Amino acid sequence: MLAYIARRLLATIPVMAVVAVLVFSMLRLTPGDPAAIIAGAAATSQDIVDIRQKLGLDRPIVTQFAIWIGRVLTGDFGESFFYKKQVADLILDRAGPTLALAAFTMLLSVFVAVPLGVVAAYRQGTWIDRIVMGFSVLGFSVPVFVIGYSLIYVFAIKLNWLPVQGYQPIAEGIGGFVQRLILPSITLSVIYIALIARIARTSVLEVLGEDYIRTAHAKGLSNRVVLMRHALRNAAVPIITVIGIGIALLIGGVVVTESVFSIPGLGRLTVDAVLARDYPTVQAVILLFSFVYVLINLLVDVMYTVLDPRIRY
Amino acid sequence: MSAVDDPAAIAKGPLVLAGGSLRRLLRNPVVVAGAAILTIILLIGLAAPWLGTIDPAAINPAVRNKLPGFEETLRNADGSQTVIVHRMGTDTLGRDVYSRVIYGARASLLVGAAVAVISVAIGLAIGLFAGYLRWLDGIVMRLMDGLMAIPAILLAIAVVSLSSAGLLAVIVAIVIPEIPRVVRLVRSVVLSVREEPYVEAAVSVGTPTLPLIVRHILPNTVPPLIVQATYIAASAILIEAILSFLGVGIPPQTPTWGNIMAEGRALFRVFPHNILFPGIVLALTVLAVNMLGDGLRDTLDPRMSKRL
Repeated sequence: MLAYIARRLLATIPVMAVVAVLVFSMLRLTPGDPAAIIAGAAATSQDIVDIRQKLGLDRPIVTQFAIWIGRVLTGDFGESFFYKKQVADLILDRAGPTLALAAFTMLLSVFVAVPLGVVAAYRQGTWIDRIVMGFSVLGFSVPVFVIGYSLIYVFAIKLNWLPVQGYQPIAEGIGGFVQRLILPSITLSVIYIALIARIARTSVLEVLGEDYIRTAHAKGLSNRVVLMRHALRNAAVPIITVIGIGIALLIGGVVVTESVFSIPGLGRLTVDAVLARDYPTVQAVILLFSFVYVLINLLVDVMYTVLDPRIRY
Repeated sequence: MSAVDDPAAIAKGPLVLAGGSLRRLLRNPVVVAGAAILTIILLIGLAAPWLGTIDPAAINPAVRNKLPGFEETLRNADGSQTVIVHRMGTDTLGRDVYSRVIYGARASLLVGAAVAVISVAIGLAIGLFAGYLRWLDGIVMRLMDGLMAIPAILLAIAVVSLSSAGLLAVIVAIVIPEIPRVVRLVRSVVLSVREEPYVEAAVSVGTPTLPLIVRHILPNTVPPLIVQATYIAASAILIEAILSFLGVGIPPQTPTWGNIMAEGRALFRVFPHNILFPGIVLALTVLAVNMLGDGLRDTLDPRMSKRL
């Protein structure tokens, strides 16, 4: 088990290395002087000379990559020319809202989607099943920001139940913190619920055809026990897998949701940095999000062995 | 001559499949509904100039921020009056939202179709060779793993940020994250087909690599690729709208659904129609493409439908 985790950890190194090379070469592939691009529009020629020296831009490309990756590994992503701040500090400042939003969304999605999928599978072919599947296709089709603005319009503007936009740190009161996260989390969870409910339905359906389910029914267990303990448990692996894969959707959604709800998180930072052509920040955010994505999927792989003792490595 | 080497027998296989599939497809109400909605939107996009639209880029400060149904009276040179009804209201620059939504269908459908075709073509070429040539496989798949590790929207945003905004940049930016998904699909088909007796037979009679791949392996990738292409088109239409909405997509004067919504953001509380109308049409379009994809998947690729 430990050996397996170590092996999987090692396997993420080449993936992250490829990501690093891609992110690094993004800037070098564009026409123009990378130093001028990194320095930004407002830079003086002295700034550009400094950056060229700092990044070693006069040296061979491989050396440049080595310098850059060496800095990145020590957490030095350079300075954001837009915010005039170390990118690492900037990311730390912005991580809180994003983590809160992601955690809320994740919880909401799993608690809504898994029961929906299980019920749809259990009542396969009935109107409940059709509604759940219909919602699932719809969830994939409606853009995140349309959902967000519709929710704002109904619940914040017309009904005046919740704040329109904004974010309040948890330190300034838990009530305001939760209130401001409700609409963004619902917005962001729609596509995630659609994805998870769909997979939950399919994998439970597959399990329901197994012999041991018939046996469980035959020995007189209630439907609930059969569904929860026998069916869901065995259907868990694909569900967990898709939760991991869906993190990519979640990250993409965070970028949009934070813009709609004016939440000062990493997603908003990404958009602002792209609009300001703040490349050091863009590079750092992409590296970070990809790293988190890879790490979560590693965690998912490891969880297989816990959830399904039949899987042995 | 063996059956495997008989071109007629090979050609017949997929053709028979296609005929049967088409009939089954047409009996599937989901597919028919999806195709019908999509056809209507396509026709609307093509016939945009004749659908009571005015110039979608025409700025008119006199009629800024009008609600749907607003009637604008124009005095002609001869003294007569013309009334323009702004069915969906106007935006902050006084442009007619109805006209922009109708013309916006063009950009969305163009991006969806272009991204689907280009990413499938590139992914197919890479996947076929990576799956068949073992020495290439390792390098290509590591590269694809790396690309897949970057969330699609993030990668697309980063790519457009590097070039000047425009239709081509947006298409390229959406194609790049989709390629690894196609490559993986194609490769998995190639790997399973490579061991089939008829491929072994073709190898043993000395079929060169290129004809072998094109004639014996390629046809197997077609059904799952059609399904995949449909889903790619749906996601491309969504990502294009997101890029435009965030302000990094197609330039704002071009009417796209994302651009109309981006325009409507500031005054959303008072004039929600700028987001509502394009949002509904966009969702309907993506829904139609997804419905088509689900139907195609159930008909062409029953194995995949069981997995999902």
